Amino acid sequence: MNTTFFAEDRKGWMSLLASADEARLTELWHGFGADPACEFLRAPEAGGVMVRGRMGGTGAPFNLGEMTVTRCALALTDGTVGHGYVQGRSKAKAEIAAKVDALMQTGAAEALRAAVLAPLAEERQAQKDTRAAKAAATKVEFFTMVRGED
Amino acid sequence: MYVAVKGGERAIENAHAWLAEERRGSKEVSELSLAQIREQLSLAVNRVMAEGSLYDPDLAALAIKQSRGDLIEAIFLIRAYRTTLPRFGCSKPVETGKMACDRRISATFKDAPGGQVLGPTFDYTHRLLDFKLAADGEVPEAAVAEPRREATPHITEFLQGEDIIEREPFSDAEPGDLTREPMSFPAGRAVRLQSLARGDEGFILGMAYSTQRGYARNHAFVGELRIGCVPVEMEIPELGFAIEIGEVELTECETVNQFKGSKTVPPQFTRGYGLVFGQSERKSIAMALVDRALRWEELGEDNVGAAAQDEEFVLSHADNIQATGFLEHIKLPHYVDFQSELELVRKLRREAEELAQTLAAREAAE
Repeated sequence: MNTTFFAEDRKGWMSLLASADEARLTELWHGFGADPACEFLRAPEAGGVMVRGRMGGTGAPFNLGEMTVTRCALALTDGTVGHGYVQGRSKAKAEIAAKVDALMQTGAAEALRAAVLAPLAEERQAQKDTRAAKAAATKVEFFTMVRGED
Repeated sequence: MYVAVKGGERAIENAHAWLAEERRGSKEVSELSLAQIREQLSLAVNRVMAEGSLYDPDLAALAIKQSRGDLIEAIFLIRAYRTTLPRFGCSKPVETGKMACDRRISATFKDAPGGQVLGPTFDYTHRLLDFKLAADGEVPEAAVAEPRREATPHITEFLQGEDIIEREPFSDAEPGDLTREPMSFPAGRAVRLQSLARGDEGFILGMAYSTQRGYARNHAFVGELRIGCVPVEMEIPELGFAIEIGEVELTECETVNQFKGSKTVPPQFTRGYGLVFGQSERKSIAMALVDRALRWEELGEDNVGAAAQDEEFVLSHADNIQATGFLEHIKLPHYVDFQSELELVRKLRREAEELAQTLAAREAAE
């Protein structure tokens, strides 16, 4: 396996899982059906991450404030390790994310991608597009009035 | 002498039970759900996240419900909760240039690339009460248009092309963190921005307004104001690469301020910066004005003695939890303190009376 390609791909699905709606992720995960046996390497725990910004948007970093994140690590019976880092405080969501991460490194990857990741990605894109479309409708079209100079 | 006093447990317990009942209000009115608060009072939720310094809309909604809508009390609850969370790490600095903008306006450039996008704004409303809202919550669907696919560039980028505005020196220097180390002065701009971002909106607004009224005037234009979501990335040590750990909504304000120049340096605009969790444009504009005022020294300006230029004054009084903690503690029992003051005043009065009597007696005798 090409490791750079794998890391990019893995970054993609982990990122998608991190901000997924918990109810929807749970629904899709249950729809997928398989819930593999696993052992926690790190039980789900909620914590904070300090979010940083840059002065003027592009300058030196500063600490803006924290956000809640829940993480978890587990190993499948074949030893494959999965990590979950998700936004918010849901331990159940972090656990599903870690299981998906682990299974995505196995032969189940394509089925899982189709059952869980693809719909999540599609719905997320649709949500973003809806907001962008509403924003676009509020874009100001300037026009110049005819000036009475004659 | 120290006298330990106990008592009041039953009164306190009963007071808290009554508080819970009052919080619930009339049982004939249905109870507020957290989802209702999160969705329909989202700007209150945003304020609690910004000043609580913890981005979590569900927690902020819970805090607002528990505090009966007292936002400073809600912020207090969030700050207290925040201290119980283990810190997993720090994010990479968010890239606001890649923000999916719901709103993006500039008061300085009409034809800015990306355009003037108003978004869901209160601007241009007539501020007349809408009695329809008292009747039902039916709203028409918002209009849509062809969405913009590419990122919206920052306005300052265009000014920087001409070098007509100061550049923000890029660095990856580790910023100070006032949640880890107590503030000391001079604090530096990174800690100032952290403090302003979590500072009380009313206080920052008042400070910013004071600069507009002439106390350290810096003649600000809103070069750009943008609101939208940005992904938050963090390096995960066990993976060896960064992933997105979520998404936050931010309001960013960049001001273009009075220029300066000298015989050797051509005139150049200066800048102030505001960045706040959630949709909080009043706060972010105010933050940018105060940030700019506090930069007087590095920009070679005079300290005119204005409050908004005084870093110690601004940062020490911006935090509403520190302020309310100290302010409100004076209502708690100070019986012993007060008893000693009472004794002292009585003694002074007695001495003064005795002196007056002695003087009167002496006069009578003479």
